[in-house]
Amino acid sequence: MSRRLQPDSTERINRQKPLRFTFNGKNYRGYEGDTLASALLANDVHLLGRSFKYHRPRGIVAAGAEEPNSMVQLARGAETEPNIRATQISLFEGLEAASVNVWPNVEYDISAVNGLFAKIFTAGFYNKTFMWPKSFWMKLYEPVIRRAAGWGKAPTTSDPDIYDHMHVHADVMIVGAGPSGLSAALQAGRAGARVILVDEQAELGGSLLGLKREIDGKASGDWIEAAAKELQGIPEVTVLTRSTAFGYYDQNYLCVLEQKTDHLPLAERKGRVRQRVWHVRAKNVILATGAHERPLVFADNDRPGVMLAGAVQTYVNRYGVLPGKRMVLFTNNDGAYEAALDMQAAGAQIAAIIDCREDASGPLVQTATDAGIKILQGHAITGVKGTKRAKAVEVRRIQKGAKVFTSAAQEIDCDLVAMSGGWSPVVHLFSQSQGKLEYIEEKACFVPGSPVQKQIFAGSINASFGLQACLKEGAKAGAEAAKDAGFEGEGSASFKVQEPAEGSIEPFWIVPGGRPIGEGPAKHFVDFQNDSTAADIELATREGFESVEHIKRYTLTGFGTDQGKTSNINALAILSGILDKPIPKVGTTTFRPPYTPVSYGALAGRNLKDWSDPIRLTSIHDWHVEAGAEFENVGQWKRPWYYPKAGEDMQASLNRECRAVRQSVGVLDASTLGKIDIRGKDAAEFLNRIYTNAWSKLGVGRVRYGLMCHEDGMVFDDGTTARLAEDRFLMTTTSGNAAIVLDWLEEYLQTEWPELEVYCTSVTEQWTTVSIAGPKSRELLKKIAPDMDLSNDAFPFMSFQEGDVAGLQARVFRISFTGELSYEINVPWTSGKALWEAVMEAGAEFDITPYGTESMHVLRAEKGFIIVGQETDGTTTPQDLGMDWIVSKKKPDFIGKRSYTREDTAREDRKQLVGLLTENPAEILPEGAQLVFDKEAAVPMPMVGHVTSSYYSATLGRSIALALVKGGHGKQGGTVYAPLKNRTLTAEIVDPVFYDKEGEKLNG
Amino acid sequence: MKYSIFSIARNALTHHKNWPQQWRSPEPKPEYDVIVIGGGGHGLATAYYLAKEHGITNVAVLEKGWLGGGNTARNTTIVRSNYLWDESAAIYDKSLQLWEGLSQDINYNVMLSQRGVLNLAHNLGDVREGVRRVNANRLNGVDAEWLDADGVKEFCPIINISKEARHPVLGATLQRRGGVARHDSVAWGYARAADARGVDILQNCEVTGILRDGGKVTGVQTSRGTIKAKKVAIVTAGHSSVVAAMADIRMPVESHPLQALVSEPIKPVIDCVVMSGAVHVYVSQSDKGELVMGAGVDSYNSYGQRGSFHVIEHQLGACLELFPIFSRVRMMRSWGGIVDVCPDASPIISKTPVDGLYVNCGWGTGGFKATPGSGWAFAHTIARDEPHKLNAPFSLDRFTTGALIDEHGAAAVAH
Amino acid sequence: MLNIECPWCGERHETEFHYGGEAHIARPESPEALSDEEWADFLFMRKNSKGLFFERWCHSNGCRRWFNVARNTVTHEIVAVYKMGEKPPSLVKGGKS
Repeated sequence: MSRRLQPDSTERINRQKPLRFTFNGKNYRGYEGDTLASALLANDVHLLGRSFKYHRPRGIVAAGAEEPNSMVQLARGAETEPNIRATQISLFEGLEAASVNVWPNVEYDISAVNGLFAKIFTAGFYNKTFMWPKSFWMKLYEPVIRRAAGWGKAPTTSDPDIYDHMHVHADVMIVGAGPSGLSAALQAGRAGARVILVDEQAELGGSLLGLKREIDGKASGDWIEAAAKELQGIPEVTVLTRSTAFGYYDQNYLCVLEQKTDHLPLAERKGRVRQRVWHVRAKNVILATGAHERPLVFADNDRPGVMLAGAVQTYVNRYGVLPGKRMVLFTNNDGAYEAALDMQAAGAQIAAIIDCREDASGPLVQTATDAGIKILQGHAITGVKGTKRAKAVEVRRIQKGAKVFTSAAQEIDCDLVAMSGGWSPVVHLFSQSQGKLEYIEEKACFVPGSPVQKQIFAGSINASFGLQACLKEGAKAGAEAAKDAGFEGEGSASFKVQEPAEGSIEPFWIVPGGRPIGEGPAKHFVDFQNDSTAADIELATREGFESVEHIKRYTLTGFGTDQGKTSNINALAILSGILDKPIPKVGTTTFRPPYTPVSYGALAGRNLKDWSDPIRLTSIHDWHVEAGAEFENVGQWKRPWYYPKAGEDMQASLNRECRAVRQSVGVLDASTLGKIDIRGKDAAEFLNRIYTNAWSKLGVGRVRYGLMCHEDGMVFDDGTTARLAEDRFLMTTTSGNAAIVLDWLEEYLQTEWPELEVYCTSVTEQWTTVSIAGPKSRELLKKIAPDMDLSNDAFPFMSFQEGDVAGLQARVFRISFTGELSYEINVPWTSGKALWEAVMEAGAEFDITPYGTESMHVLRAEKGFIIVGQETDGTTTPQDLGMDWIVSKKKPDFIGKRSYTREDTAREDRKQLVGLLTENPAEILPEGAQLVFDKEAAVPMPMVGHVTSSYYSATLGRSIALALVKGGHGKQGGTVYAPLKNRTLTAEIVDPVFYDKEGEKLNG
Repeated sequence: MKYSIFSIARNALTHHKNWPQQWRSPEPKPEYDVIVIGGGGHGLATAYYLAKEHGITNVAVLEKGWLGGGNTARNTTIVRSNYLWDESAAIYDKSLQLWEGLSQDINYNVMLSQRGVLNLAHNLGDVREGVRRVNANRLNGVDAEWLDADGVKEFCPIINISKEARHPVLGATLQRRGGVARHDSVAWGYARAADARGVDILQNCEVTGILRDGGKVTGVQTSRGTIKAKKVAIVTAGHSSVVAAMADIRMPVESHPLQALVSEPIKPVIDCVVMSGAVHVYVSQSDKGELVMGAGVDSYNSYGQRGSFHVIEHQLGACLELFPIFSRVRMMRSWGGIVDVCPDASPIISKTPVDGLYVNCGWGTGGFKATPGSGWAFAHTIARDEPHKLNAPFSLDRFTTGALIDEHGAAAVAH
Repeated sequence: MLNIECPWCGERHETEFHYGGEAHIARPESPEALSDEEWADFLFMRKNSKGLFFERWCHSNGCRRWFNVARNTVTHEIVAVYKMGEKPPSLVKGGKS
C-alpha cells in the first residue's frame, strides 16, 4: 500500500529514479533521495525492530541522527554493517536491510516474552540477583544474558573497503549546513576566508529541507540550491555533505567522517574510498548544529506509529510520504501545530491536536483552529492502543499537579501519533569542546554557555528556532569568524522570510495516566532503545541514586547507540521533578565523542598492516630473501633469523652456522646496529658522562665497548664506540634502541649540558655493516682488501682502519661479538649488497656461511656476552652483570653512578648474571624458566632468578644457559632447579663464559 | 534488605515502591576515626574492609563528586593477576581471590566474568617475557598458561594469527581466572555494603585541606565544613599529587590521560579478554554486546579526563590487524580518565611522613582489577598503622632505597 | 591532538613531538654529595601540577630541539613556549601552579 504523495515542489526525491530494495526479505520500491526510513514509510512499514530488554515492537520515531529505534543490519556478507539507523541510510538500488536482534522475525519475536517479566527486569535488577548458586553465574545466567545482548552482527570476514584520512587547516569551520550554517558559509566565503562547511545529510539545507518556507521571495529549496551553487563557485570554500563532525577536541581540532560511497549501489563502490576522516584544525569554529525535537513521556509512547512531529513534517514535505492517514498530535508548544497543518494539506485526517497547555493561543494555534482541526487544550494522551502499530489514543483532561489523572478517558482512533515536547539544541560538540551549558527557562532547553575555544554559535543551537533568526545569526557569525581570521567582508545580511511565528512552549516532562507511574501494564519510555522508563528513574532515586550520572548508569538511559539524543533532557527533567530541584541544579550530562558512531575502519584509515608501522630493510635484504632466510622483527627492522637449507630444521641450521663461525668463517648482516656520529671538541667528555667507563684516553683509531645506564643505575644500552679523530667518535647502539639512544644523547646535550660542544648525527642508514667472523676471516678479508695490513700489530683487536675493500671505500672495525677473529666492514649503504656479494664470492673457498641473529645469540652466549633486553630487564645494574670492570671508580660522575650506592642497589644478594649447565647436557633449559634453590618448597615457591638465554651449543656439544640468580656471583658450583610444568631440571651455577675463557681465538 | 530474586519478586508486588536506599546520604559528623578521601572503588573498598575486617565503623568516605565517578566509571573492567614480580603477583592474586567471592560477600552482583585473559606476544622478546611470566606465575600459585599461535586461535577464533601481519601473533599467556567485572556495580556494591556496616558516605564533599597538629593528622577541611579525624587515608588516584600536596607531601606519580572506547552493541563475537601491550590493544565484549577497548596512555601530564584523538586512531589500526572483522563495527563512545603512574608502574600503598596519614595511589592502568585487594591491604595498613606483608613492598621508601618493582618488564629487545 | 608551537619551527601537531615531563629539574651538580632521599627526590618526585605546568617537549620529528612549554593541565591551553635555558615567563593567567 503506497503512502507516497502526489509530486510537490518542496519534495527532494527524484521520481525519475525509482530504486528497488528489500527489507526483511520483502521487495519494496523507493526513489533516489529517499532514506531507508522514508522509503519504508512510503510502503506503510512502521515496524522496524524490537527494543532491547522487553523486545517491544518499535518503529521510526525521527528523521535523522537522533533516531533511537530503527537500527537495521545493512547489506550482507563482507559488506554487512550492524546497527545502521534507517533514517540515515540513503536509499540505493539493490539495498538489502533487515531488523536486528529479533528471532524468528520482527513480527513474531520469541523474546517478547520478556515483556511478561517486565516487573522483574527493573533498572539494576542484575545487581540484585543471579548470585545464587555462585557457580550458575558463569555457567547459566551470564551466557543467557550474553546471548540476548547486542543488536546487529559484525561481518565474519575482512573488510573489502578502504578508508582514508585527510588533514586540513581552515579559517572558518562550519558544522551544520542548515539555514544558519549556509548563511554563515556564504558570508565567510564571500569575505575570502578558507571555509569548510560540513553536514551529515546527503544534501545541504538541514531542517529547512523538511519545511515549506520562502526566503527573499524564493521557495526555500531554490534558495538552498542557489546558496549551494554560490559556495561551489568560491575556490576557498570546501563543502562536505554526508559528512558528520563527530568529535571536537582541544585547540579547535575537529574530526569529520565523510561517507563517500555508502549511498552507492555496492557494485559502484569497488576501488573507491568508502569513508574518509577529515582532521580539521580551525582558527574559528561556527557551530550551527540545529536542534533535536524531544518526545513526550506518556504511557506507551513507544508504539510504532508514534513519531516526532517535526519528523512527520519532514517525511511529508521532503520525501513526499504520508506516514499515516489519521493523525493525533500531542504537543506542549505552538511550533508542532505546523506538522498537523502540513499533514492536513497533504490529505491526512487530523483526528485531534492534544495540547497539554491550558490556553495556547499563538498564530499557529489560530490557523489550526481556522482549518477546522479539533484542539483539546489542557489534555494529555494517557495511553496508546495497538501493539505493532498505534490504533488509538486514550486522552484525559489534565489535573494539574496530580500524579494520577482520574478524569474521564476518551479514546480517539488514529494510525499516527505525532508528538512534540519542544526542542533540544544540539550542543554535543560544544560540550565535547569542554563547554558548559546554560538552561533557558522560557524555551525549556539547554544552550551553549560561554565559548571555551574560538567558537561561535548560530541558529537553533542558541534556541533561536525561527528561520529569520537562524539566517541572521549565521551571517553574523560567518562575518565575525572571517574577520577574526583576517578577512573583512559584509558585516551583516538581511533576509525576507515568510514563516509562522514561533509561539510558546510550556514543558510537561512527564504525563501521568489513569494509574500511578510504574503500576499497571503501561510504560512511560524515556530512552526507547534501552527500555528505560520514568518508573526506572523513580526507582533509582528511591534507592539513593541522585546524581544524574548515577541515574543514567543505573537505568542505562542515554547509553544506547543514539547516546540519548532524544532522552537525556527528558531524563534530567524527570529527575529534577522527583528531587524537586530546578533542572540546572540537577546538572547536565557530559556528551562524549563521537556524535554519531564511526566505523573502526575509518578511524584506522590507511594505518593498517604494513603501513601501521614502518618496516626497515637493510641494503642486503633481497639477498637474504633469496637465500631462504627466516626473519625476525627487531624493532622496525627485519633481520635474518637463520638460513635453513633444504631439509634442515632450525636447530640443524644453527648448528651448521655456528660451526662455520667457529671453524672457518661466517658472515652476518649487522647493518641494523645503530650508528651515531658524535663530533665536537667536547665529544670525549660527553662520552665520559654518558658511559660508565672512561673515554678521554682512547686513542684515535681505537675502539672501546661501553655500557649506558639510566640515572637509576640500570643498564639500558651497550655497544662499541670508535674514535675516528680527536674530536669525533662513531658510536654503535643496539638495533632496537638506536633512536632511543640518539634521543637520550640529545636530551642531555640540550637540556643538561648545553655548554658542551657536541653534535650527534644518526648515520645508521649511511653505512651497511657486514661482519665476518671466524678463524678464516683474516684470510678472507685479505683477498678483498689487499692493500690493508691485517697483521695483529698493525690492526689489533679493538681498532679500526679505513681503506679499500672490494673496491669500495670502507671502514673496517676489528671487534668481535662471537669471540672469534672478526671484522666489521662498513661501506656506504648503497654499496652494501656489492660488498656482501664480494665477501660471499671471496669466501666461497672457505665455505663461508651466512648466519642470522639466532646463531649470533648462541655464539655470544658461549662467550658470556650479554644482550640488552635479554640479560637485562630494566632492573639490572652493570655490577649485576659482573661488569664492574667497565664501571669507572675514578670518574667523579656519570649517568647512573649515584644510584649504585642506594640501599637496594648496593645489596650483595641481588640477582646476578651466571652461567648454567644442566645436569643432563642434552636438556635445554627453557628461556624464562624460573629458578629455585629449594625444589621441594611449597607454592608460592621462593624464586631466586630466571634463565635469560639458553641454547644448544654445537661447539660445546651440550646445552648452555645464562641466568640471573640471587647472589649468583658467590654461588659458583652451586645447584639451582628449574621447576617446569611437568618436570624439574637441575643445573650447576658456573662462570658465564663457556668457551675460550682466555680469549685466544680473538686473534685467529 | 538482602538482594535476591525473591526480594525482587516480592518488591514487584508493590511496584518496587519499597526498595530502601542502597546507601544513606548522611550529614557529616564532627569527627571520625578514619576519613577516606576518595569515593572510587578503592576508597569504598577500603572503608568496607575497615569495617568488616577491623571493626572500625566510625568511618567516612569523602567524595567530591559522585561515587565511582572517576576511574571506576572509566576503565575497561579487566581483572587479572598474572604479574611478573612476586610482590605484584601476591597482591593482585589476593585481589582476584576477593573478586571471586565478592558478589556473595557484599550481596551485590558485580558480574565477575572469568572468561580468560590473553596477553599477546608479537616478537621473540615478547615470547621470552611471556614464558618468564607464566613460569613465575605458576610457581607463585597464579594460574597461567603459555599458548602458541594456534592455541591462541583456538581460544579466540576471530583473532588473526597470520605470519604476514605487521606484528604477528607468536603466542600468548593465558590466565583463565582473569576476565572482566561490571565497574559501576563494584562501586555501588561496596558503598552499599560499607553503609550497612555504619560507614558514612559523603558525596559532593570536596577536601580542600588536610589538618595537622605538628607531625600528626587531625582532620580535613571540606566543602561541607571541617571534619576531624584520627586517621586520614588518601585514595584519590589521578588527584593524588594534589591531595598529598595539602599535607606538603611530594609524590612520585604523574597524572596522564588514558582513553577507552566502546563500540555499538553487537551479537557476541569475542568471549575472552585480549591484551597486547606491544601494540596497545585491550579488547573484551561486555554483557551488553559492546566491544570495550582501551588505548595506550597519552604521553603528557593532564587532569583533563581526555586525551588526543590520534592515540585512538593508532590503536584502532593495531586492533584491526588483530581483528579484521571489526572494521565495519562502529565506535559509539570514547572517553578519558586520569591515571596516576609511578616510575616503576607499581602502586603505592603506604604510610606517609605524616602520622595518621596514609596514601594509596599510583595504580596507573591497573587499578580496577586491584580494587578489592587494594582496599583490603590498605584497610589493614590504616587499622594497624603498619603495612600488611602484601603491601609492605609497595611503600613510599622504595623510591629512596631503589627497591622498585618494575612492571614495565624488559625494555624493547635490542640486539 | 595538541597544537604546539615549536620556538624554532612554529605551530605543529602533537604527533611531531615527544614529551619530556616536568621542566626545570636540573641534574644535581654533585650527585655524590646528595643523601639517598635527595637523590630520590631528583629521580622520582614530581610536581604533577593541576593547572599551570612547566614541561619539556622535543620536536623529535622536526628540528629535534628540546624546549619548554607552559601548559594548563586541565584545559590543555598552551600559555607560553620558551627555549631551553630560559626562565619560565611570569604568567598571570592560566590557573594555579
